Amino acid sequence: MDSEADNDVFLPEGSSVTPNQFLHELPSYQSLVRRKPLNYGTMESRRSTGKKRSLSRELSHLEVVDANTPPREFALSMQQKRKLRDEQAMHSQHTKGWDHWKDNTRNFRRKLKHDTFGFLKHLWLWRSNINDIEGKFGTGIGSYFSFLRFVVLLNFVIFLLMFCFVTLPLVISKMEVFNSTQVVSSSFEPACSKYSLPSQVLKYFYSNIIDLLSGTGFLELTYLFYGFYTIDSVTVYSFKYSLPLAYVLVTIVYLLLSIFWIVKRAVEGFKHNLVSDEERFQSFCNKVFAGWDFCIKDQYYARLKHSSLLHELKTDLAEERLRHRKEKRTQRETIRIYLLRIFLNLIVISVLGCCFYAVYLATSYSQDYSITMNAQMDDRLSLVVEYLPSIVITIANFITPIVFENIVRYEDYSPAFEIRFTLIRCVFVRLASIAVLLVSLWTKIALCSRQSCEPCGYNHKDYACWETNVGQEMYKLMIFDFLIILAVTIFVEFPRKLLVTNLSWKPLKWWGQQEFEIPQNVLELVYGQTICWIGAFYSPLLPAIATMKYFIIFYVKKITLMENCRPATRPFRASSSNFFFLVILLIGLILACIPVGVGIAYLNASKACGPFINYNTSWDIVPDTVKTFPHGLKTTIYILSSESFAVPFFLLTCLVMFYFIALAGAHKKAVEQLQEQLAMASRDKMFLIRRLAEAHSISI
Amino acid sequence: MGNKQTIFTDEQLDAYQDCTFFTRKEILRLHGRFYELAPNIVPMDYTDDPDVKLPIQLILSMPELMENPFKERIVQAFSEDGEGNLSFNDFVDMFSVMSEMAPRELKAIYAFKIYDFNTDNFICKSDLEKTLNKVTREELEEEEVTLVCEKVIEEADMDGDGKLAFADFENMISKAPDFLSTFHIRI
Repeated sequence: MDSEADNDVFLPEGSSVTPNQFLHELPSYQSLVRRKPLNYGTMESRRSTGKKRSLSRELSHLEVVDANTPPREFALSMQQKRKLRDEQAMHSQHTKGWDHWKDNTRNFRRKLKHDTFGFLKHLWLWRSNINDIEGKFGTGIGSYFSFLRFVVLLNFVIFLLMFCFVTLPLVISKMEVFNSTQVVSSSFEPACSKYSLPSQVLKYFYSNIIDLLSGTGFLELTYLFYGFYTIDSVTVYSFKYSLPLAYVLVTIVYLLLSIFWIVKRAVEGFKHNLVSDEERFQSFCNKVFAGWDFCIKDQYYARLKHSSLLHELKTDLAEERLRHRKEKRTQRETIRIYLLRIFLNLIVISVLGCCFYAVYLATSYSQDYSITMNAQMDDRLSLVVEYLPSIVITIANFITPIVFENIVRYEDYSPAFEIRFTLIRCVFVRLASIAVLLVSLWTKIALCSRQSCEPCGYNHKDYACWETNVGQEMYKLMIFDFLIILAVTIFVEFPRKLLVTNLSWKPLKWWGQQEFEIPQNVLELVYGQTICWIGAFYSPLLPAIATMKYFIIFYVKKITLMENCRPATRPFRASSSNFFFLVILLIGLILACIPVGVGIAYLNASKACGPFINYNTSWDIVPDTVKTFPHGLKTTIYILSSESFAVPFFLLTCLVMFYFIALAGAHKKAVEQLQEQLAMASRDKMFLIRRLAEAHSISI
Repeated sequence: MGNKQTIFTDEQLDAYQDCTFFTRKEILRLHGRFYELAPNIVPMDYTDDPDVKLPIQLILSMPELMENPFKERIVQAFSEDGEGNLSFNDFVDMFSVMSEMAPRELKAIYAFKIYDFNTDNFICKSDLEKTLNKVTREELEEEEVTLVCEKVIEEADMDGDGKLAFADFENMISKAPDFLSTFHIRI
C-alpha cells in the first residue's frame, strides 16, 4: 500500500458520513459486546441491561461459561452478583453425586483459603504500619518498608536455623543434660593449638565498652563467635549429633534458602519486566493512567505527587527531545561525547581506586595495631583504630555518591539512565569495599610473607583463631553501620529539620528538609545484609543481632520519614523498584557466598578453636561423613559428585536454558507479528467501512 | 454498646463475602463508615435491604477520596444511576474493586470507565486531555498536553483508529507496570 492510499483509508474529520452505526455492527465489536456485556458499558447500557430478560440471559450465559469463577470477580452491580451467586448455587444443586461433591469441596477449599489468607493478613508483621506509610506517602516508599520487613524476616529465619542446629546443641551440652564430647586436638604441632586469650585482669570500665563494641575481650569466648563452638558431638540416648557437620550444613542451607527466597520474590517482578520490556513505548501511558497513586490521603503528599508527575512528564518530554537531538548529532559531537565519557569514567575509576586503597590501608593498620596492642594496653585511640576500616568504608559511602552524582551530569545520558547508572556505581562502591576489606584480611591470615605459617597452613601466631577474628570484623561493621544510621538520624536529620522549620533564613529554606531517598536507603540495607550473610558462619548469632537491628531501624526510619523528611521529588516507582531491590540483594548474596565458600572449602580451619580442629578444612567433615554411609548411598553420592556426571549435567542445563531463551524470543516475535496483524486488520476494516459508506450514499 | 445490634443477617454477610473481596469484619466496618457519613439517613439495621442512597457530595468528603483527582469519576462509575448517588451495595462494590485483592482484569474494566469521561466507550483525545489535566493540575502547557496525548495514543492504540477502545486499554494496562500497585484504595 502506498502512502496516499494509506491516508485515504482514514475518514477525514467532519466527514458527512458517520461510520458509527457501521462500527457498532462490526463483528469484532459485536463479539466484544457479547463477551463482556456489562463490563465496560456506559451507564445507559448498564441500565438497559438491568432489564429482567436480558439480564437473566446474560447471567445464564456467564454462568455456563464461568461456573467456577467467584461472583466477586465480575464487573456487575451487587444485585446482579447476588443473582449470579444464587444461580451458581442452584447449578451446583442440580448436579448430583460426584460433581456435586466436587463443587462443594472446591467451594469449601476456596472459602478456607480465603479465610486463612484473611487471617494470616492480620498476622503480618507491621501490616498496619506499612499501610499507614503507603496511605500517606504512596506505594514507592511503602515498597522500601516492605523490603525492610522482608530482610527482618529473612534474618530471623537464618537466626532460627543457626540457633536450633548450632547454638542450642552447644547450650544443652554446656548444661550437661546429655553426654557430649569436647573436640580434642590431635594435631602434631603444639604451636598451632596455642590460643591465648587476653588476660582477664582488672580492667577499666572503659575497656569493657570497647570490648562490647568490637567483640573482643569478654565477648570473644561466648556463643557469639566461632571459637566457642568446640563441641564435637552431642549424644542424645543412642543418637549422635555431630555439631561440626551441622555447622557446615546449616551454613550451606541458609545461603541456599536466601537465594531461593529472593529468587522467588524476584520472579514475579522479573516476569513483569520481561513483559513490559519495551518500557520506552509505554512510559507515557504508564504515567497518565497508572501514575496517580490512589492510596494517597494526605493533602501535602497529594500536592507532591502532582508536582512529581508533572516533573516526570516534563523530563520524559525532554528525553524525547534529547533522543531527537541524539539522532541529529554529528560525528564530531559523538566523538567528543564518547571521549568525555571515557575521561569521566577514568576519574570514577581513580576515585574508586583511592577508596579501595584507603580501605586496604585502614584494615592492615588496624589489624597490625590490634596484634601489637597487647604490649601497650590502654590507649585512648584503640577504639578508633579498631573501627578504622568501618569508618573509612562509611566515609567512602558518604562521599562517592555525591561525586558520582556530579560526574554523571556531564556524561549526557538520559535522566532515567543517569539515576540507574549512579546507583549501580554506588552499589559497586558499597559491596566492593567489603570485598577489599575481606581480601586484606585474607592476605593477613593466609598469605604468610613475613612469618612462616608452615605447620598450620595459616598465620597461627597472630591469628590463632582466625575465624573468630573475621567474625569480630563483621560484628564491628554491623554495629558501626547501626550506630551510623542512628547518629545520622539524630544528629543530622533532626537538627536540619528544626533549623529549616524554625529559621526563616533564605539559603536554609532553599536547602530544605532531608529527602527520603529510597535508593540510598536500600543500599544501606543491602550492605548490612551482605555483612550478615558473610558473618553468620564466623559468628553464628550475628543474624539475631541483624534481626534486632533492622527491627529497630524500621521504627527509626518510620519516625524519621514521618517527622524529618520530605519524599524525594523524583520518586522511585513501586513496581520497578521491587525487582531492582531484590536484584541488588542478590548481587550482595552472591558476593557473600564467595568469602564463606573460600573460608569453608579452601582455607585451613584453625587448630586452636572451633569445631573443626581435627579437620584440615571445614569442608572435610562432609567427605568424612559420606565415608561412613552405607555402600549404595556412598557410591551414588560419589557418582553424583564426579565429573562424569557434572559435565553432562551442566551441558543439559545449558541446553534447557537455551531452549527457553529461544522460546522467549519466539514468543516476542509472535507478539510483534500479532500486533502488526491487528493494526492491519483494523486498517482493512476502516477501508471497507469507507467503501460501504460510499456505496450507501450513492445508492441513496 | 451493651446489646449487640444485628446490622446484617448471616445470609447477607455470606452473600457479601462471596460477592466482594472483604471479610465479614471488613463489611461491618464499611457499614460503619457508610453510617458515619450520614447517621440520620443511613439505618443501623440493614436486614431488610433498605433502599438508601447517599449523594455524591457526602461520599467525596471521605478522606480516602478527598485528594484523588478522579474522585467524581470513581463514584460515578460505581453508582447504579450514573449520577454519583451510591447505595450501600455500590459503596461496598467500589471499595471491593479498589481493594488490593481484586484481579487486574476487574480493575481494568473500572479504570476504563473512570477515564472515559464522556462515557462513549472510547478514551478519545478529549478524555485524555482531561485525565492529564487532572493528574498535573493543569500545570502542563497546552502544546505539551497535546504532545503527551499524541504519545499516549501512539503507544497504546493498536488498531490505529486514533482513540483507545477497551481492548487497547486492557492491553496497555496489562503492560503498565505501576497499575496494580497504584490503582487501589486502602480503607
